[in-house]
Order: sequence, then structure tokens, then C-alpha cells
Amino acid sequence: MTDSEHNNKGSNSLITRRKFLTGLAAGAATLTLPFGNTDASIWEEYFRQHFTRLDKDELKNILANLEKKLSQEYGKDVTVRATPPMENVLFGYAIDLSRCIGCRKCVYACVKENNLSRNPEVHWIVNLQFRKNEKWLNMEEGNAYYNPEIVPEKGYYYVPTQCQQCENPPCVKVCPVKATWKEPDGMIVVDYNWCIGCRYCMAACPYGARHFNWGKPYIPKEELNPDMHYLGNRPQYKGVVGKCTWCIQRTREGRYTACVEICPVGARKFGNMLDPKSELRYILEHMKVFRLKEDLGTNPKFFYFFSMGSSVKS
Amino acid sequence: MRYVNFVILWFIMTGFVLLFSDLNIAYAVHEETPHETPKEEVPFDRPVEEIVKYLAPMKELTIFPCSECHDKDWETNPERREMIEPHDITPGKFINHDSENRWCLDCHSPNNRDKLRLINGKLVNFKEYYRLCEQCHKKIYREWKMGVHGKRTGYWNGVKEYMHCAQCHNPHDPPFKPVMPEPPPRKPKDVKMISTETNIVETK
Repeated sequence: MTDSEHNNKGSNSLITRRKFLTGLAAGAATLTLPFGNTDASIWEEYFRQHFTRLDKDELKNILANLEKKLSQEYGKDVTVRATPPMENVLFGYAIDLSRCIGCRKCVYACVKENNLSRNPEVHWIVNLQFRKNEKWLNMEEGNAYYNPEIVPEKGYYYVPTQCQQCENPPCVKVCPVKATWKEPDGMIVVDYNWCIGCRYCMAACPYGARHFNWGKPYIPKEELNPDMHYLGNRPQYKGVVGKCTWCIQRTREGRYTACVEICPVGARKFGNMLDPKSELRYILEHMKVFRLKEDLGTNPKFFYFFSMGSSVKS
Repeated sequence: MRYVNFVILWFIMTGFVLLFSDLNIAYAVHEETPHETPKEEVPFDRPVEEIVKYLAPMKELTIFPCSECHDKDWETNPERREMIEPHDITPGKFINHDSENRWCLDCHSPNNRDKLRLINGKLVNFKEYYRLCEQCHKKIYREWKMGVHGKRTGYWNGVKEYMHCAQCHNPHDPPFKPVMPEPPPRKPKDVKMISTETNIVETK
């Protein structure tokens, strides 16, 4: 066999290696596309832009489709908004540890407000119990599973933890697909449609504030909160990460978060850190506040303080 | 040939430059531009007038006016004495609010039963009862006015409701009572996966 013969044979055959492979790839690609279901919204989900690059019409379309889908699924009139951040607002949060009694009312108010999965159980707020008169609080030693008859127990104090909304968030840095980012008002948000479920952010978060949906979230139809925000409390999907957004659906409308409103002892404080008249600014300027794991340089906007015996000017 | 060498060297150099600049981007300390903080100072205290408009609506008193029973014909005994369940219809008895040193007529006016009495003898309406609390709990009162103590609901940037003293504390028995906690989260070891399609069902 000569060289020319060999070449001729290769180019003239009906199926070359290259043709075969491209055909195989195209075939596989078409298989994954939902041809059977002709609903245009599914196509949009596949080919849409990143949330921050959406123009107004596209966003409106996506929200309308989502509303339609959720209303059908839950048999309720659902509104999904995407309220943008306000100008000159940087949210902050503070918890008065000398008041918190560890009743976990905030945990369940959050579940209800944010349409979190009841089964498998997802909690965005974790209340940690610490023994008094011991070394300075170490988050890893806190007990989240305390279950006494009554709270507060003698000799213990409680530290509620949730997303600390860091100004320098490690979770955002590690996301390989930019499904999570920091908004101008300081909230760290997740686009559940963009998240690929790699859970890097959960490994990166030093506060354990991100929670994975191991199963399809189950929310009782009658308990669904129909007032939703695209980046906040809409029902999540199986295999995506969710996190506390300081009730973005409420706070962007000017309201307090659900955990602030439920707290029976008024230990939770929320406000705009740039507004000198807000209660939060008063706390920051007149009380001794601290943050969790400050040494990591994450710069959280979530402050803790003890109001009893710690005021500077009294 | 020498020309080719130069070209290769040039490629390697640019490669290194790109590599290190990339590393610099990746590992550079994340520096935030500091937010402009307004120069206005946070007030240390706030006048009551500013607070009053936000006060949550007061509860109606169950038995009022007091003078319906404590009228002029009913003589007042000003002597300090043990009171066994006075007003057992009203919640709580006078037991747990510095009872060693105080008693009814320190706050309730003996002459005008429909008013409350400050330490200096000045009479105030029941609706302004927080001025009585202020006399001893000055620091807490100030913190309440500034929003540190107590609970607020509504809008963080607008109309809000301030819960006031007697809405959370019983004036005759102020400390909070212990409550039953809500159930704890499930431990991971108590969770068992039975179906990957639908849900995870918990054991236990």
C-alpha cells in the first residue's frame, strides 16, 4: 500500500472519525434538550443570562414565568419580585446576647417566612448554647441541639447564628459560576437557578451559614408565603445552596426581618448603618459590640453585644 | 535562528508576566472602598415627643376608672402593709417588683385613684405610665428610646411600632418567665435517605 492510497482511503470513507464524534456530541446534546415539553420558559431557563446582566424585559419575563409555575404548583397567587437595592443603604444587624433566651422562635419564623424545606429540614438560623463562665465563645463548641424543658437554663447563654453578610465574603470568592454575589446594600444573595450545587461556598463559609437542599424542598401548600423575592424566599430546588438574606423580600420594602418581628424579648436589632438615626448606629456607637471570628478578616455586618453592664456612657 | 530564539524568549516572558499578574488578582487582599459615613453624630438621648407617635396602641385597662370602687367614701389606709392578692382579677399580684421597699401607694396616687404618682408627687395619666418606670430605670429607658432595649416592628425606614414597658413586662411582676423552647434541629445522624427522587425522610 502506498502513501497516496492510504490517504485516499481515509478521506473517501463514508464515516470518518471526526464526523462520527461530532455526530455523537450533537446527538447527545439534543437528547438533553426538552423537546417533548414545548413550553418556552424551559428554553429560556437554559439559555438565559446571568441575573446581574438581565435587561428589564428579560427579568420581567423570568419573574412572570416563575410566578405562573409556582402558582400552579402551590394553588396560590404567588408574586415574585426582584426589588432592587435602595440608595445609601447598607444593612446591619445586631443581637443583644444578654437578652436572648434561646427559645428558637426566630428559627421557625424564618422557616415560614422564607419557604424553607420542612422535610428534609433546613434551618437558616442556628441557635448555639454556651456555658457561662468558660472561655470566650468558640463557635465550634456551641451546642445547637439543646432541648431542655424551659429556657433560659441557669448557667448558659445563647448565641443565634445565621448568615453574617460579610463585607469580604469568602463564599462569593469560591463560587465557580458566580451564582452568589454581594448586592450594593450588603446582602449576599444566591440565584438558585444559577447554582450548580458544588457546595464550595459551604466549605468556605466560616460560620456554617449556607445550607444545602439535599432533597426536593417540601413546603405545605397552606403554609407557603406567597410574597416572594427572586433572590430570597422563593422555593429552592433540590441540589442548590440557600442562605439567609435578611428577608430581602421584606427589608427591600422597608420592613423589618421576620426574626426581628418574632423575637419575644426584643434581642434582635436591624437597620441601616449609614443612617445616623437608626437604632443600629446607636448600638454601634454606644455599645461594646463584637463579631464572630473577626480574626478571619471577613468583616461581617452582624454584630453581637451585651446590653447589660456594657453601655459606654452610663 | 537567533531571531526565533528571541521570539520564544519573548513569549515565555509575557507568559510569566501574565501568570504572576493573574496570581496577584487571585490572591490580592480584598480591599473594600470604605463607605462614606455621614458626619452627623448619633444622639445620645432622644426627646419623648419623638417617641410618642410611634408607641404601639395601649391595651384597654380591664377595670377602669379605679375611682368606681375607690371613691371618696372608701377611706384610704396610707400605712404600708402586706396585701394579700389585691385585685386578683388583674393579672399578677404585687410580689416581684422591689416589694421590700415599695408598695401600692408609691406609684398609685392615694388621693386621685385614676392617676399615677411620680416620686415628686406629680400626678400623671395611666397612658403616660412609662414616666414612672423612667424614675428608677433611667438607663433602660434611654436605651428604649434609642431602640436598643425593647422590640420594634413595622418599617426600619418608616412607620414602626415601639412596644412599651408594660406590653412586655407586667408592672407588678416585671421579669420574663421562662418559656418552652421550640424543637431542636435534627442531628445529621438521625437522618436517613430513603429516596433520591422525592424526599429524605427522617428516622426517629
